[in-house]
Amino acid sequence: MRHLLSTADLSKDEAVLLLDTAAQMAATQSREIKKLPTLRGRTVVNLFFEDSTRTRISFETAAKRLSADVINFSAKGSSVSKGESLKDTALTLHAMGADAVVVRHWASGAAYQLANAGWLDAAVLNAGDGTHQHPTQALLDAYTIRRHLAARSDRLPDGAVDGVGADLAGLKVAIVGDVLHSRVARANVALLHTLGAQVTLVAPPTLVPVGVGVWPCEVSYDLDATLDGWRPDAVMMLRVQRERMSGGAGAFFPSTLEYTRYYGLDARRLALLDDHAIVLHPGPMNRGLEISAEAADSERAVIVEQVANGVAVRMAALYLLMAGEDSAEGNDL
Amino acid sequence: MSTETYVLRAARPLGGDPVDVVLRGGVVAEITAPGVADAADATVVEAADHVLLPGLVDLHTHLREPGREDAETVASGTRAAAAGGFTAVHAMANTSPVADTAGVVEQVYRLGEQAGWVDVHPVGAVTVGLAGERLAELGAMADSAARVRVFSDDGKCVSDPVLMRRALEYVKAFDGVVAQHAQEPRLTEGAQMNEGVVSAEVGLTGWPAVAEEAIIARDVLLAEHVGSRLHVCHLSTAGSVEIVRWAKSRGIDVTAEVTPHHLVLTDELARTYDPAFKVNPPLRTAADVEAVREGLADGTIDIVATDHAPHTREDKDCEWGAAAFGMTGLETALSVVQQTMVDTGRLSWSDVARVLSSAPARIGRVDAGPHAQGRPVAVGEPANLTLVDPAAVRSVDGTRQVTASGNTPFAGVELPGRVVATFLRGRATVLDGAPVGEVVR
Repeated sequence: MRHLLSTADLSKDEAVLLLDTAAQMAATQSREIKKLPTLRGRTVVNLFFEDSTRTRISFETAAKRLSADVINFSAKGSSVSKGESLKDTALTLHAMGADAVVVRHWASGAAYQLANAGWLDAAVLNAGDGTHQHPTQALLDAYTIRRHLAARSDRLPDGAVDGVGADLAGLKVAIVGDVLHSRVARANVALLHTLGAQVTLVAPPTLVPVGVGVWPCEVSYDLDATLDGWRPDAVMMLRVQRERMSGGAGAFFPSTLEYTRYYGLDARRLALLDDHAIVLHPGPMNRGLEISAEAADSERAVIVEQVANGVAVRMAALYLLMAGEDSAEGNDL
Repeated sequence: MSTETYVLRAARPLGGDPVDVVLRGGVVAEITAPGVADAADATVVEAADHVLLPGLVDLHTHLREPGREDAETVASGTRAAAAGGFTAVHAMANTSPVADTAGVVEQVYRLGEQAGWVDVHPVGAVTVGLAGERLAELGAMADSAARVRVFSDDGKCVSDPVLMRRALEYVKAFDGVVAQHAQEPRLTEGAQMNEGVVSAEVGLTGWPAVAEEAIIARDVLLAEHVGSRLHVCHLSTAGSVEIVRWAKSRGIDVTAEVTPHHLVLTDELARTYDPAFKVNPPLRTAADVEAVREGLADGTIDIVATDHAPHTREDKDCEWGAAAFGMTGLETALSVVQQTMVDTGRLSWSDVARVLSSAPARIGRVDAGPHAQGRPVAVGEPANLTLVDPAAVRSVDGTRQVTASGNTPFAGVELPGRVVATFLRGRATVLDGAPVGEVVR
């Protein structure tokens, strides 16, 4: 792996390696001294063209726990001159000798361009590009699902702890909400499929992209039927932007109330789930819109754990891209 | 008027049998058996195995002047046109200021005359400022020195149905035509690429085929209702071909154009996020490419027009979502048509002369008078001619194009055919494959 741009680029072996490495990273985080010397002297730039305090802090924490030097570069506000700024910023980072660039950008494809345009030679980690991909989010979701549900997977290695070594074969995951505008959904569909899980997207038809037919998943417009009939092992709720129902005739659904009525995860729907089923949300949540407080705060919800797992997964990604597999031996993990 | 005499030795008019063609006094003076024409006092152009076409006529060129001279000027764009084998171009109205008055169209017309590479026929805006709110002074533009006959808000759609109806009716008074950029604006807000499998995957906002087809369907019915002539710009979808085919079968007076890039490129290229492939209307699917080729072959689509859209590097060397729409086309159009239609046996060279010269000249009403274009290769006709070596193969390099901008989607691609010479009323604008200096008339 040279870059981490899209979950669609990952083979199953690479995906499992990322998850297993994340498990090793997580184990180090229960130590008193959490910091590892692995990336000492290396520079990670967090390049954020779009606000995302959570993702930035998660990457920053991950890089610092690996002893990398971290530079936060917030380019938001320069979107007026958006054209040249990506290229010029890339050339600047190249001149400064960045070893890895974590990029969040409003434009789909920005991470791909950074990695492939010849502007810089650092490893590029996509921290979310437009409505395209958000690979570390999908990896942390898969990691969380595996930790909880790997025992139910068809192919759990003997003696595995927390599902290490396992894929997600046979597990059923429902992804509910605004698929059309969601990089989280795209990243998850590709990764969950690669890991052997079955995926059903649940959304009003207006929030499913034209062209979804070739995706390796099913599509449902009926959340109750999916929960009750298909019986998913994990339910991933996507954030619904309130502005999706503004714009008058262009609104994607009639009202937030109607959205919640048909696609919100509330106490009644929570009760439809099997005992082992878990609830995920990439955050930040709109409590009362796509997820009720009861659901968000229930024992099934692993939403806070997702945040912690995000640091471990991002440590793993930085480690594998910057230290490489060859140097993994002998590192004090 | 040029006093020079040229003998095109053993050229093949429209791909037919070799003949010598003598250009003198601005017209085709003689056509003789090969090797027979008297070369005394004449410049001989060895043209064995070269195809001789009437000078190409582009109904859809963006010359960018006035306003965006950093991307292209009338001089640089028309020089590129000559290099591509063109002897006339229609310059689109979306300049700054917009070509919506007699003053602006006359300015562009004069700049074209001064440059001298090709005949420049300004296209007039349909609405003031391309704003789609009220008709521009179409009559004044038609009456001006530029004698405008083609009107278009290209870049924007005349989406208001009443305004479109009025425009279609109004231009009948001077035999004009409305060239519609068919794009339903509400269905394409924020659109970045064709809506379909690829857009769903790469996460770019989709530009659905229906946004083009719905406007074309409406406009052909409007044209039928008011008995007007309609031209459809850069038709790009299989559905659009079907609608135009149906309209023609009903006898509706509609013509349609396809761009070279829509004859060969598909939306799969958006996976590279390279803004060189960002264009409006967007690149479509392989099925659409096949449908427009079929439409061009069976005559449903009347012409190929370049939609040559030069852009500065800074407008293309950026994120897809921030990049400008458009690609250069004047210097690659004939090669793409040869590759997709001639070399595949779907069009003859005679058909190429029709779709790239006589038909666009007829639609633009520039096929008569002293500056007639798109005429047959025949004695007495104006010597507007293009000599092509169809056996040549060249690799496209955006940085070495004649146009002032390098935004070709064919960078690094090998294309067949090379324009060897272009003649505008008997004067060579291109010889040995290169533009002939800074021409002084």
